[in-house]
Amino acid sequence: MPNIWVLAELHNGKVQKVSLEIISKVRNFGDVTAIVLGAGAESQAGLLGEYGAKKVLVSEDPTYSHYLAEPAAFTLGTLAEQQKPSLIVIGTTYDGRDVAARLNAMLGCGVITDAADINYEGGTLKVTVPWYSATTLVDVTSPSSTALILVRPKSFAAEKLEGAAAPMVEQLSLTLPDKTKRARIVETVDEKSEGPSLEDANVIISGGRGLKDAKNFDLLHELATPLNAAVGASRAVVDSGWVPYSMQVGQTGKTVKPTVYIAVGISGAIQHTVGMKNSKNIIAINTDADAPIFKFADLGVIGDSLKIIPALTEEIKRRKH
Amino acid sequence: MNIVVCVKQVPEPTGTNKIDPNTLRIVREGVDAVLDPADEYGIEAALQIIEAQGGTVTLVSMGPDRALEAIRRGLAMGADKAIHITDNNLAGSDALTTAKILAAAIKRENPDLILCATESSDSYTGMVPGGIAQILDLPQLTFARKMTVADGKVTIQRQLEGGYQTVEASLPALVTVTGSINEPRYPALKGIMQAKKKPVESLTAADLGLDPNEVGQAGAKERVTGWKPAEQRKAGQIVKDDGNAATVIADFLASIKVI
Ligand SMILES: Cc1cc2nc3c(=O)[nH]c(=O)nc-3n(C[C@H](O)[C@H](O)[C@H](O)COP(=O)(O)OP(=O)(O)OC[C@H]3O[C@@H](n4cnc5c(N)ncnc54)[C@H](O)[C@@H]3O)c2cc1C
Ligand SMILES: Nc1ncnc2c1ncn2[C@@H]1O[C@H](COP(=O)(O)O)[C@@H](O)[C@H]1O
Repeated sequence: MPNIWVLAELHNGKVQKVSLEIISKVRNFGDVTAIVLGAGAESQAGLLGEYGAKKVLVSEDPTYSHYLAEPAAFTLGTLAEQQKPSLIVIGTTYDGRDVAARLNAMLGCGVITDAADINYEGGTLKVTVPWYSATTLVDVTSPSSTALILVRPKSFAAEKLEGAAAPMVEQLSLTLPDKTKRARIVETVDEKSEGPSLEDANVIISGGRGLKDAKNFDLLHELATPLNAAVGASRAVVDSGWVPYSMQVGQTGKTVKPTVYIAVGISGAIQHTVGMKNSKNIIAINTDADAPIFKFADLGVIGDSLKIIPALTEEIKRRKH
Repeated sequence: MNIVVCVKQVPEPTGTNKIDPNTLRIVREGVDAVLDPADEYGIEAALQIIEAQGGTVTLVSMGPDRALEAIRRGLAMGADKAIHITDNNLAGSDALTTAKILAAAIKRENPDLILCATESSDSYTGMVPGGIAQILDLPQLTFARKMTVADGKVTIQRQLEGGYQTVEASLPALVTVTGSINEPRYPALKGIMQAKKKPVESLTAADLGLDPNEVGQAGAKERVTGWKPAEQRKAGQIVKDDGNAATVIADFLASIKVI
């Protein structure tokens, strides 16, 4: 049975959802060990067990939260060389990618990024990866004795394991060498907007260049309020400086999966749609009947968004009364 | 200040890529290739630093012979010189082999600062820069949307999901930059002319002390075993707005129980 390690990432002392998603998936293939590093680690062990981790390795050393990548990569690399897990799975997050890149070089192993699915066929690892903006699904395996896999958030559902036993919790007693303490985090600043986040929202309204002007994003925010929606954007408008990068959906932005995604004035370039095409429902509003987004919208409306959005806001408010 | 920027030639990013069903590799023949737009930010950032503080910008690129065109574009923007690692044995190299090759070439330059894009536009693994930093035993500061270099230190604003971090390290260091860091310049005609005369050193894997059997497809630790076209969503109902679009959309939202 493969011995599978998952780096359970902490954010403000809480395990990130992507780590629970990964554990929910890989527990089907072997014994899962979760590694949690940084302040608050120990308190998360129980939760990791509920999702199917059999063993949890913890360290409360605050160094992990004060320096980028190197302390975590050193720890994982040192332990992996001793214990030789078959797989190490990490979420495609800012921190996860940094750790994975160094770990890859430390272990000299194979690395499969952007995994959409993980399977074992006849004992052989089979990872499905969308290539070329998700037009093609490629099966990849690795001959390495320890393989490294990166998984995008929302690739798997996070589901508690029924009847999970309490995990074995082990304290790590590794000394972090000074040379891992180089890229120092001076401060972390939250730029949180109001309302639900793109990751959690049931409804997302995204705007593109078809909105014509930065100030027309106000129309989307006005519609977002009664729908309790998050507002996203295409890269074209992020690059134009209309809205911050944290709102970008797509290949180089966020992957989202809401109940409904409303694309307003977005043409539907493949690099955008790769980030939203797994939404349950897609509504598109575009003046151009030939816009590619209409090829896969469940409801496509050919028309001027600057007229339709305010009318829709009124209509929703009216129906809510 | 001695700065190395890692740059890559990629198939025109807005084009559609195809897989060769026999080799299971991306088809690069007959496809327009360009300097990765993501790399122009690193070049611009390097040029701004040396324009203010003096120094040299060296481009390092691994790729087939024709990648020289992309290198020339970077030189036309203003970089001083380049190292081009080109070798038939390198075809099919994975991220780690690429990092090893680039690290070996960069080491010869002994730079204060190494710049990469956070991810390339064609393979977007994002694994190469961290691999280089690990191999060269350097700190890695990533996803920079702002960067300052002063007093032997580099400080960045690191992009995060919902905010940013300020991160600093002593030089030498490796930094990956995002598209928010600057507005890359367009090469001027004069720059294009000068670029033709700028030195480009051409190296093979063996020149860098790497065993030709451990690079390229032979050294890759990932194997593609099969592929299929991804299932595409189908179009649903398309309506033209004749004044009642708001009602149609609200009805749809009600039908899926969002309102
Ligand atoms: C390597 C790479 C990575 C990329 N990553 C991303 C990414 O992560 N996310 C992303 O979004 N893009 C990404 N892109 C860019 C992508 O290719 C497109 O350029 C971008 O998505 C286009 O944004 P847009 O749809 O807002 O603009 P456009 O393509 O200009 O479309 C605007 C649309 O608005 C319509 N319109 C105009 N007026 C109105 C009106 N009054 N009402 C309604 N509709 C109107 C037009 O018909 C048009 O269809 C990437 C590109 C590359 C090369
Ligand atoms: N073949 C290459 N030659 C030069 N630089 C590269 C090469 N491959 C990757 N890089 C650098 O590493 C970055 C990230 O690439 P990747 O890891 O492929 O997503 C690129 O944007 C470049 O800066």
